[in-house]
Amino acid sequence: MSTVDDEAARLLAAVPEPGERAIADLHARLVARAQDAGLLDVAYRTLDAPVGTLLLAATPVGLVRVAFAVQDHDAVLADLAARVSPRVLAAPRRLDDVARQLDEYFSGARHRFDLPVDLRLATGFRRAVVEHLPTIGYGRTASYAQVASAAGRPRAVRAVGTACALNPVPLVVPCHRVVRSDGSPGRYAGGDAAKAALLELERPGGDAS
Amino acid sequence: MPGPFEEVVRAHGATVLRVCRAVVGPHDAQDAWAETFLAALRAWPTLEPGTNVEAWLVTIARRRSIDVWRATRRRAVPVGDLPDAPASDRHRDLDLWGALATLPDKQRHAVTLHHLAGLPYAEVAAELGGSVEAARRAAADGVAALRRTAPRWWHDEQDGDRAALPQTGDRS
Repeated sequence: MSTVDDEAARLLAAVPEPGERAIADLHARLVARAQDAGLLDVAYRTLDAPVGTLLLAATPVGLVRVAFAVQDHDAVLADLAARVSPRVLAAPRRLDDVARQLDEYFSGARHRFDLPVDLRLATGFRRAVVEHLPTIGYGRTASYAQVASAAGRPRAVRAVGTACALNPVPLVVPCHRVVRSDGSPGRYAGGDAAKAALLELERPGGDAS
Repeated sequence: MPGPFEEVVRAHGATVLRVCRAVVGPHDAQDAWAETFLAALRAWPTLEPGTNVEAWLVTIARRRSIDVWRATRRRAVPVGDLPDAPASDRHRDLDLWGALATLPDKQRHAVTLHHLAGLPYAEVAAELGGSVEAARRAAADGVAALRRTAPRWWHDEQDGDRAALPQTGDRS
């Protein structure tokens, strides 16, 4: 094995340094080509929201992950690479519709989401819980015990808490509407303050705008 | 399991673009760059653990660039049509493509394929026709001519102004 020789090094040194803009244009081209070729397994973008910066990720099936900043976006992307596919690319346009609906939700203009969702990251009983959550309407809450009964395992109250904590698509699947039996909010993957803010946003007559 | 491919594009996008631009010039480099990362994206999930990712990408970039170089040559682009470097690059030095454009075809192709695309002389000869020795001589003559055309490239060695390229490839 030899190396890049002197001549190659000198010639390559004479190639102008690519600008950031050039790389950004090329990245957009790569995303388009990858999508056409069926190689864009996980597309993602971030969205600035009142509860902090959100990471949004989608498969060709639909929205697969929403993550809060406190969950560490890099770690979430690494997890998606391991559990879904390492063919992960930043592809903001692919998530324009999700971002728009979330913006509308935070402004109080949207009360339910109309999005394809990919729930592959929730399995077994967790999946049953996650599929039940959208039946809790905007501005309503249910207790962990009520959700456990509704999901068919009335004694699995703690498991409902775990299922909510591991909900792969919070906000869109409204695990923030599940609260303690005494009415206090309980824990939330996005932080207790985020849960309180969401319940306040949805509270009838609450400050929606 | 490999990590998110986005990290690969961010970490190595600029290096791959340098390789592509060196071989095929700034215009066709965009195609070669996209082809390189598309091929890498396809293979990414099954890449052998422990692979030197940058060296792997440079190898792909050189192959894809040679493909684009072949297609360009078939279109028989006259030397005068080689793209100009952006004006902002001119102060840096005589630009690479301008200097290459002054070489006779055979020397220019030999320099590009051997020194920039990393092909051994036997494969350069196969591309250009003629003997391995003729390919080697054409590349050497080309480099000698470039030294005369753009002498500053060969005089600032002490500055360590080398391309940030990984050490890669089997060369002869």
